[in-house]
Formats: sequence, structure tokens, C-alpha cells
Amino acid sequence: MLIFVLRRLIQSVFVMLAVSLLAFVLFQFAGDPIEAMVGQDATMADRAALRDRLGLDDPVVFQFARFIGNAVQGEFGLSYRLQQPVLGLIMQRLPATVELAVTSTIIALVLGTALGVLTALKNRSWITGIIMAVSLVGISLPTFLIGIGLIYVFAVELHWLPSFGRGQVVELGGWSTGFLTSSGLRSLILPSFTLALFQTALLMRLIRAEMLEVLRQDYIRFARARGLSERVINFRHALKNTLVPVITVAGLMLGSIIAFSVVTESVFQWPGVGSLFIASVQAVDVPVMSVYLMFIALLFVTINFVVDILYFIVDPRLRADSQKRA
Amino acid sequence: MMALISPPEKTTSSRRFRDSDLWYSFRRSPTALIAAAMIVLIVGAALLAPLIAPHDPFDLATVNLMDAQTPPMSVSLMGNYFALGSDIQGRDVLSTILYGSRTSLFVAVMATGFALIVGLTLGIVAGYFGGAWDSAIMRIVDVQLSFPAILIALLVFGVTRGFLPAATQDAAAVWVLIFSIGLSNWAQFARTVRGATLVERQKDYVSAAHMMGTGRFRILFGHILPNVISPVMVIATLGLAVAVIEEATLSYLGVGVPPTQASLGTLIRIGQQFLFSGEWWILFFPALVLVLLTLSVNLLGDWLRDALNPRLK
Amino acid sequence: MTATSDALVSVRNLTVDFPGRHGNFRALDDVSFDIMPGEILGVVGESGAGKSMAGSAIIGLLASPGRITSGEIWFQGQRIDNLPPEAMNLIRGKRIGMVFQDPLTSLNPLFTIGDQLIETICRHLPLDRVKARLRAIALLEEAGIENAAGRLAAYPHQFSGGMRQRVVIALALAAEPALIIADEPTSALDVSVQAQILTVLKELCPKRGASVMMITHDMGAIAETAQRMIVMNKGHLVEAGPVSEVMWKPKEDYTARLIGAIPSIRDKTRDRPEPPVAEPLVRVEGLCRSFDLTGSLLERVLSRDRKVNKAVQDVSFQIKRGGTFGLVGESGSGKSTCARMIVNLIRPTSGRIMIDGKDVWEKGQPRRKGATQMIFQDPYASLNPRWRIGTIIAEPLAALSQNSSEIEDRVAELLRQVRLDPAAIRKFPHEFSGGQRQRIAIARALASQPEFIVCDEPTSALDVSVQAQVLELMAQLQDEFGLTYLLISHDLAVVRKMCDHVGVMSKGRMVEQGQVDAIFDAPQAAYTRMLLEAVPDVARFRPAA
Repeated sequence: MLIFVLRRLIQSVFVMLAVSLLAFVLFQFAGDPIEAMVGQDATMADRAALRDRLGLDDPVVFQFARFIGNAVQGEFGLSYRLQQPVLGLIMQRLPATVELAVTSTIIALVLGTALGVLTALKNRSWITGIIMAVSLVGISLPTFLIGIGLIYVFAVELHWLPSFGRGQVVELGGWSTGFLTSSGLRSLILPSFTLALFQTALLMRLIRAEMLEVLRQDYIRFARARGLSERVINFRHALKNTLVPVITVAGLMLGSIIAFSVVTESVFQWPGVGSLFIASVQAVDVPVMSVYLMFIALLFVTINFVVDILYFIVDPRLRADSQKRA
Repeated sequence: MMALISPPEKTTSSRRFRDSDLWYSFRRSPTALIAAAMIVLIVGAALLAPLIAPHDPFDLATVNLMDAQTPPMSVSLMGNYFALGSDIQGRDVLSTILYGSRTSLFVAVMATGFALIVGLTLGIVAGYFGGAWDSAIMRIVDVQLSFPAILIALLVFGVTRGFLPAATQDAAAVWVLIFSIGLSNWAQFARTVRGATLVERQKDYVSAAHMMGTGRFRILFGHILPNVISPVMVIATLGLAVAVIEEATLSYLGVGVPPTQASLGTLIRIGQQFLFSGEWWILFFPALVLVLLTLSVNLLGDWLRDALNPRLK
Repeated sequence: MTATSDALVSVRNLTVDFPGRHGNFRALDDVSFDIMPGEILGVVGESGAGKSMAGSAIIGLLASPGRITSGEIWFQGQRIDNLPPEAMNLIRGKRIGMVFQDPLTSLNPLFTIGDQLIETICRHLPLDRVKARLRAIALLEEAGIENAAGRLAAYPHQFSGGMRQRVVIALALAAEPALIIADEPTSALDVSVQAQILTVLKELCPKRGASVMMITHDMGAIAETAQRMIVMNKGHLVEAGPVSEVMWKPKEDYTARLIGAIPSIRDKTRDRPEPPVAEPLVRVEGLCRSFDLTGSLLERVLSRDRKVNKAVQDVSFQIKRGGTFGLVGESGSGKSTCARMIVNLIRPTSGRIMIDGKDVWEKGQPRRKGATQMIFQDPYASLNPRWRIGTIIAEPLAALSQNSSEIEDRVAELLRQVRLDPAAIRKFPHEFSGGQRQRIAIARALASQPEFIVCDEPTSALDVSVQAQVLELMAQLQDEFGLTYLLISHDLAVVRKMCDHVGVMSKGRMVEQGQVDAIFDAPQAAYTRMLLEAVPDVARFRPAA
């Protein structure tokens, strides 16, 4: 167990270092930071002084070490576009993205699992046919089109829900939440369903495929031969075996949702990290891009790490393997 | 050695295809037939765009502002007929769609091809040679697969643009887009091909070939490659739909192709501005074509996966 | 028609159809038989005979789209083939139990065996969990699992294959069923374990009052356990009756041929002119191979001891030119690893392999290409499914670079030599049966005019009658071309039939070797004796003539 966790941790650190290197390279070589920082009328001497002060003439290895050191302390420099500290920009927009992503994840997990199990068990029913057809449309529709469609129906035609923004937010010790006001909650509905729909369709199809596979296994046939009731076979034996690999998928899904929030935030003008990133890509705002890169990497590495540990806890085969080794 | 069987090869292999289970199940599947017909229609129209489009929407000489915002199936102030209406600059929506799907398909096909070549090569190398190659390649694949493709495409796009001088950014945009979408999708191919290669590699016919002194190159491409191609076909089809969606999304976000080469995503981005003002056709028709295209490709891919999976038969 | 009054199960005119793309496939055609209370009924037949289908039909678990199209099944005086699913569900497990072939996949890997036993017991018997637990322990102990109370909390993967099959049998018996359907219960197990499982079935089931329907391709297992047997072929019932009569005085030709094809460890080796005494063609000296199972670099640093699997340890033997050396052993004995080292597929950790005086792993001692060939176990995996037969057989010739018309003539000649029509050249492997494919593999091996062929379980994937033909062909080719064989097999009867010398391997070591008749008639090593006794051999039960 210890070896397993340790190995995973070391791998995670390596991934983070690799991503940091990428971010560093981007920071260092994409566009000249001096050009971005000094004015038109700066002299050569001014520039040289600035280069010296920023340590740009040091060996690259030192610069990378300093970059990592600064990153660990949360020091990432200024945005070219907004001339503000990057970390502050991101922290200020983080709550919006987190609330959107968490809501969508819950919607997708609940709906996706329920529909996936239903369609696997009623494999030959007409309901399954309809759900599968809808889900195929679901994964064929780009997220932004879903968003536009929902806006058109619920905001433009029906005027039920707002079409953009977060509504009113409440500040709770530096965390601005939209969960506590009715306008905040109403604003959350369209973007979170937009974001969840694609993932729901994907998760449902995955769970269905996995469960059909499990239902074909010998131990399910043997469970039938033992005379267990259909309910026990489906919901005790088959479901548990289905859900083990789904842990990984659920982990990936949370990541996916955060990534796709880039698109959704853009459609709904949601003031989150994603729309900040899009604006930065458009303006080639390198510091923000490289910090976003590291931020996303950290998030994914953490999710993967947690997923691996969960897997380990759920599957007795893995557990026993490592006990034998230890 | 191939000469031994080559003379009657042509006739028998076409008959073999007609007799094959794949062709049989294709003819028996209405969804597969409809999807294939839809794809042929869209691809054909896109390819023939310069011949069949009423005018070139990006040639300013053929655009007249007096034609602007004509609803579908009606005649503009200038007396021109617009089947799908015209946009705010007076461009024919049908023409913009024809040219737009041309760009979208070009980017998606090139990007999928790029991903396929990279993924297939690395996957087969990882699976066949194993060892350090395998762990190095698969580590990258694992990390990349845990990041969503769209995000990787966005990052690669942003990074690549960061390295390019500002002047060339627009001109190179299409190629940068192909590169970023391709790079975001190769890992799926690599993982599938590696898995299939691992299975094939330890089959006895490969051991037999080793013993007979057949060269590694021939084993890899003569023996293993033809046997791992079925799953690759499925992934390539589904991957094409993903690439179309990715391209549309990036262009929609305004980080894809420049407006002078508008793709379906760009058209939707432009059309969205008229969502509240009532000119629905500027948004609706490009969106419809995009959805029909991705849906058909997905349907075909889904059918292909089931048809090639022996266990479901 | 009604059931025979005293029979436990009466199957009457049963027909099972599988409608499919290429028309209807009739898996069972008008089959009738009875199972008496307390008896063990053997059901034998080759693959595709429909014997498993008969078992699945009785317990109501026919795989879709198969269905019963006519006929009746009566169980304890009740007609069960047309029961609604819920009613059938109450019979399954409670009154009819089932044991499947592969114990590795029969148990749910995520539940402890205690969970699985207790849920089955509570489903069928009016017991609370505490009493069910006691019953589970008793069942496991009867099935031969030591320290049963302690092992209830173990997961299936913590048991060996044989132990898992014992758990499966305990599960099948959990609710005192009147009938156990055992579908190839020992086919996935090693010989020594097979014998133990047969004993459990033979003793435990009658003791618990259950009849057994023993479905198997293994005549020896039937001879060992059953009182009555039925013989099936292509969905038809060929013959039925007491084992002693059907087996030794068969009325039907098919049965006689089937029985005749079975090799026995008591049969004498085939008559061959003694090869002229010459220097051995193959000399294996002190062969060792270990596999390092320690995981990643990190683990190597952190854990002190390496986990090394010594697959082959210090194995030495010689094969005479023109002779056949048999290598026998159970799974994991290292016999296949030996074979792969000899044919240059796995590099030995230490030791030497000399063929015709040259070290096969020494660079700079090139032997003629293709002088050593190999025939593999699985005829489905050993031919590339995407290549035509002509190309497959020509592959070693291409390595020898001959021109194409010569190659074509040679391929046709090879096909004739393995008794196949040369028209096969243009076909693909999937158009052939398992036995034909194995002939194609032999033709390919012969193509480079080898002097030495390593045969790794060449017939273990084949039915007995096909096995007899392939072995016959191998013997003829040996006489014709003066081939030297290394025959690797878990089947002692095949080894006795084909080999002049034999080596017995266990856990990577050569336990015993020598003349085949000497080893089989007077084994010295305890392991060899155990192995020979464990074989469910038909001839043991042959009545004195």
C-alpha cells in the first residue's frame, strides 16, 4: 500500500514538473517579456538593467529553479493584458467555475448512472432505443450549440431563466457564492445543464456498455444457476462490478467538466476561470496561459491520484496483490 | 511471395468484400445507410462548393450590402433569391455553409489523419517493442488521456500561437488548428493500437514468423498491422466526429480559423449575435449542418463498432 | 407423452434451435433421455455435439437466441421447460445446481466466498445469517477446503483453480438440490487436481442425495465416475446405456470409433524401427530461466528481496536423431518455456542448447535457416487470419528466397503431404476446421525441410478423433522424412503413444527421464507415480478380455 501510494505520488510530482517546464518554456520564449514590460521609449541600458534584474541572463537551469520556487510560493508575475497579478485574477474567478463544475458533475453522475443502468437492464426495450438515440444526439451536439439552444428556448422564447452571468452573489470570507440567492440559483440552471448534458450522455453509454459486458460474464451466469433473484443479480452483483471501472471515468469526468467549462462560460458569459483563459489565448497573454496550464495540471494530477487510491480500496484483487508484496 | 497469389486477387477480394459480414450488416442497417448517405451528401456538397454555390461569400465583389438579412426562400431588395436567407453583410447563407463545411471537413480530416499516423506508429511501437519504449509512450498517453481533448487543443493552439510572430498568425491558423486538434486526439489511437498489438504479438502466428526468420519490419507491417486495423477504423470514425466538434468549438470561441476562412463554428459564432433580434436563419442552418454531420459520423462509427465486435453478434 | 414415473429428469424429444443469419442451426434434434435419482449420468461427445446445450436446456439457461422448439423436460414429475421465468428461478439453485467449466470466472471477484455462499443459502433455505454461515462452513469442509471458517472472508482470487472449483461445487450443493449439472467441471484443471474434483463430485453428490449430469469430452472421467452414459454427436443422441456396455460393447459405429480414438497410458508405444544409434541431434545442458517479477524501479529500491520466478531450473536432456522426446508436466512446470528457449524465442538465463553440434544462442554459429520448426497448441492463433493459406505456408520459403513458381509447386506438394487439397492455397484460415488448421501449421513447419520440430501441445485443442488423425499424420511424416520431434504435452496417453523417451517436469525441474516404457511401467519419482495414478484412464476400467 505504502509503495503504491508513494509510486503514485512520485509520478504525480514528475507530471507536475513536466508541465511546469512546459509553462516555463512558454513563459520564457513565447514573446519577449522585456518587450511586454517596458515602454516604447526605454533605452538599451534600461532593457539591459531590467534583464539583469529579472535574472534573464542567468543559466536556464537557474531560471527554471527560480520559476519553480516562485510558483510554489504562488508568485506568477503580471498578466500582460490586465497588468494585475495572475494568481489574484485566477483566485478571484475560481469560485464561479468551481460552483458550476460541481453542480454539473452531480447532475451528470446521477442522471448518467441511472440511465446507464436502466438501458443496460432493459436492453431490448423501446425505451432503451429512444434513450440511446437521444444520447447519440447528445454526444454529437457540440456543447456550445446545446447552450445556444437552451438560451433560445428558456431565455429568448420563454423568458424563464437568465441567459448570461451569475446573478447576485454573496461574499463568504473571500468566496463569492451564487448558491444563496434565488437569482444566483436561477442563473446556474442553464449553464450547469449545458455542461452536464454531454457528460451525462457519455457516462450513460459507458455504464451501459460496461454493465452489458459484466452481464455476459460467467459469474453472472453462475449466479443465475444458483437461483438468485434478478434483483440481487442486477443490483448487487452486476452493479458493483460495473462501478469499479466507472470510478476512473467519474474522475476523468470531473476534469472534463472543468475543461468544458471554458466553452460553457464563454457561451453564458460566466465570470469564471475559463472565460479568463479564452480571453488570454485570444490576446496571447502568456503569463495567464502558463498559470492556467499549471493550475489545470495540478487539478488533474490530484483527481488521478484520488481515483487511483479509490480503485485500490474498492478492488480486492489489487489490495491483496500489494499485501502480498508488502 | 505475394506474386503467388496476386493474379486472381482483385476479383476474389472484391467478392470477399461483398460476401463479408460487414457489407451484409451494412445493407441490413437502415441507420448505417442513412448516415452514410448523409455523409456522402455533405462531403460531396463541400467538395463541389465552388461549382454549386450561388456565389463565393468571401469574394467581396460578389457581396452586396443591399442583399443583407434576407429571410430564407425570399427575394432581396436587389432582386436576388436566397434559399437559406442572407447574413448581415449580404452573403448567401447557403454559400457560406458550403464553403464553411469545406473548411471544417478539411481541418477535421487532416487532424484525424495526423492523429491516426502519430497514434498508430507510436502505439504499434509501444506494443511490439515493449520495455522502455512502451513505458515512455504509455506514460505520456495516460497523462494526455486524463486531460480532455478540447483543453489540450486549446492549450496547444495558444502555445503554438505564442511562438509564432504576430504577422503570420492568421495565415498559419488553419495549420495550427490541424496540429492542435491532431495532437489532442492521437493518444486514443495509440492506446487502442498498443492494446491490440499486445494481443496479436503474443499469438502463435507471430512466434511462428519469428522462428522462420521473418524480419521484424515484415512481422510488424505484414502480420500485426492488418490484424489491428479494425479497432483503428472505429476510432478513426468516432475521432472524426470529435475533430469536427473540436474545430467548431475552437472557431466558435474565436480561437480557430480566421474570419476570412469561416468554418461552421465561425458561422455559428456570427449567427449567435442575431439570436435575440429574430434573424434565426443565420444561426440555424450552419448549426443544423454541423449537427447532421457529427450525428451521421457518430452513427456510422457506432454501427461499425458493433458490426466489427464479434461478441455482439 | 408423459414422464417415466421413477426418473428424476425425463427429457422427451427435445429440439433446440438457434435461428441465425445463415439459416437455422439445430443444436439438439429430437433428444430423449432420463436421469435416475442418485445416479451419475455421463454425457459425452465431441465439440458441437450439443451436450452442453442439453444441460443448459434443463436448467433453463439457454443462451439467446437459442430456444426449445419442441419436446418436453420433466423434473420430479413436473414439466419445467415451459415454466415462467420466476418459477424456474426458484428451481435453479434450490432443486437443480450447476457447476461450470472455468472456476476462475464462475465466482464474482468482488465478493468474498462467504458472501456468495450465505446469499445462496439464505435465498433458498429458511435460515438466518448465523445458521447460514455455519452451513456454509460445513459445505466448504465437505468439499475439501481446510480451515473453512477462516477462509469465508477470502476473495476468490486468493484460491487456486482447484480450490475455487471446490467452492463452486459447495455453492451448487448449498440448498440440497436433487440434481447437479456439471458442465466440463475438470477440463480447465491440471490432471492431479482433476482427479480430486472428480472424487469430490463422485462422493459428495450421492451423499447429499443429488444426481449428477456429468457433461464432458473426457471418456476417462466418465469411466471413473458415471454409472450410465449417453453419447451425442451433432445434436443427436447416438447411444445410451450403462457405462460398461456403451464403452466396451458399443452398438453404434460412431461410439466405437470415438472409443477407439482415445489413447491410453497403458497402450504400448507405436512400433517403429529403432533409429540407428547415432550422436544425439539435440543436447540441452543445464538450462535455466528466471523471470524477474519485481515491479517498478521504485519497488526494486524499496523492497530488499526480489521476486524471481525460476521457471526452468537446471534442465538437461538429449534427443536422438530421428527420435521423439516427450516432455510432460502440469501447467507451470516450465515445459513450454523450455520449448521456447530451444526454438530461439526466449533467451535462457544460463545453460546451453546444442542442435547438430551448434549452440542455438551463440552468435556466429549460424545453422541452416528453418532447420528447427515449431507446431503450436492453438490452431486458431497460429495462422494469421488475414493471410491466405498459400502465403502462410510459403512464409518460411520466402525467408529462404526461392522464386515464385518453385514456391507455388512446393506449397501444393506440402498440402498434399499433409493430406489436404492443394486448392486450399487460395482460402483463408477461417474456412478450415481446427484439425485442418493444424495440418496447415504442420505443412508450414515442413516447408523449410526441417530436421527437428518442436510440437507444443499440438493436439490439446482438438477433439479425440481429430487428435488421433493428427498424431497419425505426425508419425507418418516422421517415418517419411526422418524427423526428430520434441513433443510437449500434458496428456500422458499422447506421450506414451508417440515418444520413445520422456522427461517429467514439475515446478521447473526435470523430475525423472528415460525410456518411455520404463517410466510409465515403473515410475521412480513420487511425482510421476502421482501423475500416472491421477489420470482418469479409460483402459483402467476395461474388463478383462
